[in-house]
Amino acid sequence: MIPQPSQAPLLETQGLTRTFGHGNQVVRAVDGVSFSVQVGEIIAIVGESGSGKSTLARLLLRLMEPTGGQILLHGQDVTKLHHPAELKLYWQKVQAVFQDPFAAFNQFYTNNRVLGRSLDVLGRRISNAERLQRSTNALIEVGLDPADTLDKWPHQLSGGQVQRVMIARALMVSPELLVADEPTSMLDASLRVTVLNLLMDLRKRHNMTILFITHDLGQAYYMSDRVLVMYQGQLVEQGPVQEVLENPQHDYTKRLMADVPLLHGRKSMLMRAN
Amino acid sequence: MRIKNIKAVYAAGPGPMVKAVDDVSLNIRKGEVLGIAGESGCGKSTLAAVIALTARPPLYVKGGSMELDGDVIQFTEQVTPSADWHGKLVALLPQRALNSLNPTARVRDFVVDVMRAHDPTIQPQEAIEAARVRLKHLSLPPRVLDSYPHQLSGGMRQRTVAVISTLLDPKVLIADEPTSALDVSSQKQLIELLKLLLEYEFITRVAYITHDLPMLSNIADRIAVMYAGKLVEVGDTEQIVSAPRHPYTHALITSTLDPEPEIRHHRLEGIQGAPPDLRYPPPGCSFHPRCPLAMDICSREAPPKIGTEDHFAACWWVAQQTKGETEKGAVR
Repeated sequence: MIPQPSQAPLLETQGLTRTFGHGNQVVRAVDGVSFSVQVGEIIAIVGESGSGKSTLARLLLRLMEPTGGQILLHGQDVTKLHHPAELKLYWQKVQAVFQDPFAAFNQFYTNNRVLGRSLDVLGRRISNAERLQRSTNALIEVGLDPADTLDKWPHQLSGGQVQRVMIARALMVSPELLVADEPTSMLDASLRVTVLNLLMDLRKRHNMTILFITHDLGQAYYMSDRVLVMYQGQLVEQGPVQEVLENPQHDYTKRLMADVPLLHGRKSMLMRAN
Repeated sequence: MRIKNIKAVYAAGPGPMVKAVDDVSLNIRKGEVLGIAGESGCGKSTLAAVIALTARPPLYVKGGSMELDGDVIQFTEQVTPSADWHGKLVALLPQRALNSLNPTARVRDFVVDVMRAHDPTIQPQEAIEAARVRLKHLSLPPRVLDSYPHQLSGGMRQRTVAVISTLLDPKVLIADEPTSALDVSSQKQLIELLKLLLEYEFITRVAYITHDLPMLSNIADRIAVMYAGKLVEVGDTEQIVSAPRHPYTHALITSTLDPEPEIRHHRLEGIQGAPPDLRYPPPGCSFHPRCPLAMDICSREAPPKIGTEDHFAACWWVAQQTKGETEKGAVR
């Protein structure tokens, strides 16, 4: 169910750049990145530590100012949005799931309060009944029992459950785009799969668009339609996930594929192709 | 190396103690890498702390013994092994190397500290020179000695700590999730380094603890799978990966995500539920609430160990299968 490219993209970046430092110390963390995302697509952004994946995520979430380039949502340049009210409108459409759910939550707030507060981004008065209704729906959506979860604190839940609450928090405002920055890297392999399945189900049910950032090619291969490979701040390769991983063109992608640890005795797709 | 009947508990606050490691016995042979696998909260890091002799309250070792090339430690309530155990016999490679390096000192100062802790007469220059030679031998740049920790990349820091912690040629290196904070390329380099350390006989054996089975299967000779503080299966890497016997091992293996054509067209299920609360471990087999093959007896009696000491699965279902086979054999 890969959407037709003839549709107008949901999100598009043109020459997106972010540099840190100045003079000869300048680091080009994100360097002229251009890509587009269609409605309902799951896109994986892969690369090693320090390749600029997370900086790109923060730029897309408007948590950090780009030093150059544009981000277009429905064709409108959102890098010009600065007023809190404008940004809140943007965050109603674009939401995030972060790497460490325990760090993203205020540990003195119950899940009920954490979820309820995320509705503040709507910028209007919301009745307690509506807050509760939306929290309940969001928790059911991610496969948690609201009666059991709402009054608990984050430390009373397991890592996988907190990450689900984190996803529920993002779903509270029914966003169009979910930016998931390494959402499973703190989780065990057995839980990892359940979180990935949840994200795939959300796409199926709501045609949600997901930008999935990971350094794990296995996860990218499992759930995404297209993959973007980042290396030293630049997009070095992009395309349908099967094409890119089965027949990588760029040397960096080849190296990445060769470095993935496989279960004992399995041969990588590269080795089989040769 | 032989560890026997290790028991360790966390005593925190009122209420029952957490039985984090419950009666674990393992052997690690010379030149061998033993992998210890399991989910978070299954007791693998606690086991690492016990055998690395770094157990501190609220973790209490309740019993067991460790034998290492002739030296024996009996774990009782209070155990203070001689200083030689740390570093010379047992070395620990922790998860986050940044936390084990002093951010305000150069790496070479750390080397001097480590060497002097064991031989106060050694001159700083000698200690640094020894580390320089070791780094060169392992094809790592000796310039790391003159760097501060923040100037090194995560992978390089982890490799540096691996080299320094093995400067005294320990008999066993305990690697506790050393690669979980690294990306795949740095993971591979660290694995290569560990293999090299074994090949040059700088270390005699490795206990490699991780939840990452694909990674583990590339370095370990044998794998021990832990669940809820107990060993549920021990076997050769190839057997564990291609023919797991315990349902838990099977579930772990099938939830790994290799970039493989097969996984893209299947929906993997993972393992439903969560590991049990070890303050109140379930009766019988601790995996039975999550086990797809659970039988009546699983919730009543602890499962028997089927197989030999170095190669077994603790499971009623496996017991039934094996029994069936021997009976079939008898009929024939």
